[in-house]
Amino acid sequence: MNASLQLDAQGRLRHLLSTEGLPAAMIRHILDTADQFVSVNEREVKKVPLLRGKAIFNVFFENSTRTRTTFEIAAKRLSADVINLNIGASSTSKGETLLDTVYNLQAMDADMFVVRHAQSGAPHLIARHVKPGIAVINAGDGRHAHPTQGLLDMYTIRHYKKDFSGLTVAIVGDVLHSRVARSQIHALKTLGVPELRVVGPRTLIPTDVERMGVRVFTDMAAGIKDCDVVIMLRLQNERMNGALLPSAGEFYKNYGLNAEKLAKAKPDAIVMHPGPMNRGVEIDSSVADGRQSVILPQVTFGIAVRMAVMSILAGQVAEAGA
Amino acid sequence: MKIEIRGARLVEPAANREANASLFIAEGHVAAWGQAPDGFKADEVVDAHGLVACPGLVDLSARLREPGFEYKATLESEMRAAVAGGVTSLACPPDTDPPLDEPGLVEMLKRRAASLHQARVLPLGTLTVGLKGERLAEMAELTEAGCVGFFQANAPLADLSVLLQAMRYAATFGFTVWLRPQDAALARGGVAHDGEVATRLGLAPIPAIAETVAIRSIVELMAATGARVHLARLSCAASVALVAEAKAKGLPLTCDVGVHHLHLCDRDIGEFDAQANFIPPLRDPGDRDALRRALAEGVIDAVCSDHTPVDEDEKLVPFAEAAPGATGLELLLPLVLRWASESRIGLAAALGAATFRPAKILGTRAGTLEPGAVADICLFDPKTPWVVSPLALASQGKNTPFMGFELTGRVARTLVGGRTVYTA
Repeated sequence: MNASLQLDAQGRLRHLLSTEGLPAAMIRHILDTADQFVSVNEREVKKVPLLRGKAIFNVFFENSTRTRTTFEIAAKRLSADVINLNIGASSTSKGETLLDTVYNLQAMDADMFVVRHAQSGAPHLIARHVKPGIAVINAGDGRHAHPTQGLLDMYTIRHYKKDFSGLTVAIVGDVLHSRVARSQIHALKTLGVPELRVVGPRTLIPTDVERMGVRVFTDMAAGIKDCDVVIMLRLQNERMNGALLPSAGEFYKNYGLNAEKLAKAKPDAIVMHPGPMNRGVEIDSSVADGRQSVILPQVTFGIAVRMAVMSILAGQVAEAGA
Repeated sequence: MKIEIRGARLVEPAANREANASLFIAEGHVAAWGQAPDGFKADEVVDAHGLVACPGLVDLSARLREPGFEYKATLESEMRAAVAGGVTSLACPPDTDPPLDEPGLVEMLKRRAASLHQARVLPLGTLTVGLKGERLAEMAELTEAGCVGFFQANAPLADLSVLLQAMRYAATFGFTVWLRPQDAALARGGVAHDGEVATRLGLAPIPAIAETVAIRSIVELMAATGARVHLARLSCAASVALVAEAKAKGLPLTCDVGVHHLHLCDRDIGEFDAQANFIPPLRDPGDRDALRRALAEGVIDAVCSDHTPVDEDEKLVPFAEAAPGATGLELLLPLVLRWASESRIGLAAALGAATFRPAKILGTRAGTLEPGAVADICLFDPKTPWVVSPLALASQGKNTPFMGFELTGRVARTLVGGRTVYTA
C-alpha cells in the first residue's frame, strides 16, 4: 500500500505519508542521510543551503506546537522559507473545504506541505490533488500515521542497537489511538525486527493488530521481558477516565513503566517515548530521566531525520544506492 | 397497443424457466410466450436477437433525493437512471429532507414520479416522525398515501421501547417494519469495519456485533409483537446465521443485501478511497463471501442497488467525512450478473434475487413475465462489455468504486406497463 502515492515509478520518494510500504532500502537511505545532518546540527553554524529558495508550508489542521516547531527548525536549517499555518477549525468553520485550502496555498507557490490533520488519510487526499512536484509530508493524521516520528524512532534504535535483526521491541500503552505506534510497527517489521510486541489492556489494543505482525501482551511484565527496546506511548488525558480505562492511577499501576518493571527487560534495554510524557501515568520519573532513557536524544535526532526527509523530497540528495 | 418481442432469450425467474421464444404483449400485459394468441396482430415488433428479456428489476432501495437534496440528484435524473438500469419498480427510503413522514409529501412524490412515466415508485414512510426515533409516524395515513413499509433508514433508533411500540403498532395493521440493524451506541463514531484494515488505517471502527446485537433485539421484539420485519442491508456472516435461525423458527422476517457488499470488502478501501465508504461498512472477505452464498441460498431474500447518488465534493474529503454510498441503479444488473457468473449461478436464479423475490417483500405483483403479468420488462445484452464512466451513467451521482471497470449486462430497452420507457 501507498506505493502508488508516495513512491514514483522509479521508487523515488514523492511524498512521505506512511512508513507502510516504504522499502527497507528507502528507510535506510533516510536514516543514512539523517546521519549527515546530525553532524551539521552539532556544528557551530547549524545551517546548510540545500533548500534555499524553497517554500515549506506547515499546514496544521490540528494544533501541535512541538511537532510544528521540529519541522520548522529542520526546514530553517536547510535554509528553506517556512510558513506556519495553524488552520485549526477556522477555515472549515467558514465552509472552506480541505482541498480549497490546499489549492489556495498551492497558488502561493508552495514547494512542500507539512500536514497534520485529525482525520486519518487527510494527507493522502492532499497528496492526490496537489500539483506534480509539490511534496506532502504527513506530520500526523488521525490514528493512522506519523511517519517522521516512526523514522526518528528507527534512527534512535539504530543509533543505540546498530542492527534490527536480533531485537525484541515492546510498544506499551494506548496502541488503539496511536498513529506513532502504527508507524513504528510498519517500520520495525520492514527493518526485520523478529520479535515485536504491543502491551496494554484489551480496551487499548486495536482489533486484529496481530495481522500487522505483532504479538499482543496484556501483562506488562511478560510483555517487556527480555526486551532490547521499550517504547512507551502517551496516554491522552481524555482517555484516562471513562469507558476505556477506570483511572490514570490504575493504568499506571498495571502499565506504567517504573524501575522494577524495567528490570524485566535486558540490562542494556533503551526506553523511548514520543513525548510529551505524562510522568506518573505511563512512565515514572526515575525511568524517564534514568540511564536507559533515550527520550531526549529522540528529539535531537528528530530534527536530523526531518531534514533528511525534506532534502530527499526536494531532490537534493542522491538516490538510495546511486 | 400490441408488441411482439422477437428473438430474445426469455427468462422467468419465478418459475426458473428460460426459453428462446417470442413474447407477446397486449394492453400493457404479457399475453403469451412462444405462440401468438389468436387474432394477435403486433403494432410493433421489437427485434431482440442476442438480448435477454426478463422482468424489470425491482429495487428495494433507491434514493431519488427529492425533496431536499436536489444538488445531489433530481427525480428526473434518477428516474432516468432507473429505467436505464432496467429497474421498473423501486422502493425509495424516507431519508429525504424533510423525511417522508407526512402523507402530503408522499402523495407529492408519487405524483411527481408518475408524471415522468418511468419506473413505478413505491415509497417507504418513516417509522418515526422526522426519523428522530421518538414519536411514531402516522403509518395508516401514510399507507393510504401509498407507502409500502416503514423504515428508520440510517437514523439511529436508540430507544428500544420506541421500537417495541412501533412494531406493536405496525403489527396491528399488518404493516412491515423496515430496519437497518445497527446498535447505535456500538457503532457510534465508526466509519469502517472493525478489523485489520481499520486498525491499519486508523479509522474508527464499527464492529460486526453492532449489527448482530441489533438483530438479536429485533428478533426478540418480533417474537413479542408478531410484527413483520424486513432487515435492510445485512453486512456480516454472523447476521446471516441469525436470520437463518429466526426464519427457521417461522418468524416473518425478510432481509436484503446491497449489491456492492457482494463484491467489495474492507480491503477495497485501499488508501482511504472515499468511494468505498458505505453504510453499513464493507466488511471482511469472509463476510462478503457469506453474503454471496446466503443470497444464492435464499437466506437473504433480495439484492438491491442501495442507490445513493452524492455530489462529487462530498467524496473529496477525508474518508471519515465523506458521504457514504454509491450510485447503483445502473450497476445493479451488471453487478448481479457478475455475482452470478462468479458463483456459477444460472441466469434465472440470479435474476430472481432482483425481480420476484424483492417484489414479494414489497407486496407488489411485479417481477414476473408469466402471461397475465404487467409488462414491466428489461431487455439487456448479456455479452457485450461496457466501461463504467461518468458519461455512461444517467444518474446525477457519478460516485462508484466501479468507475472505469468493464462490466457486462447493458440494458437495451426497458418497458413499463408495455410502454417503452428507455432505449439505449
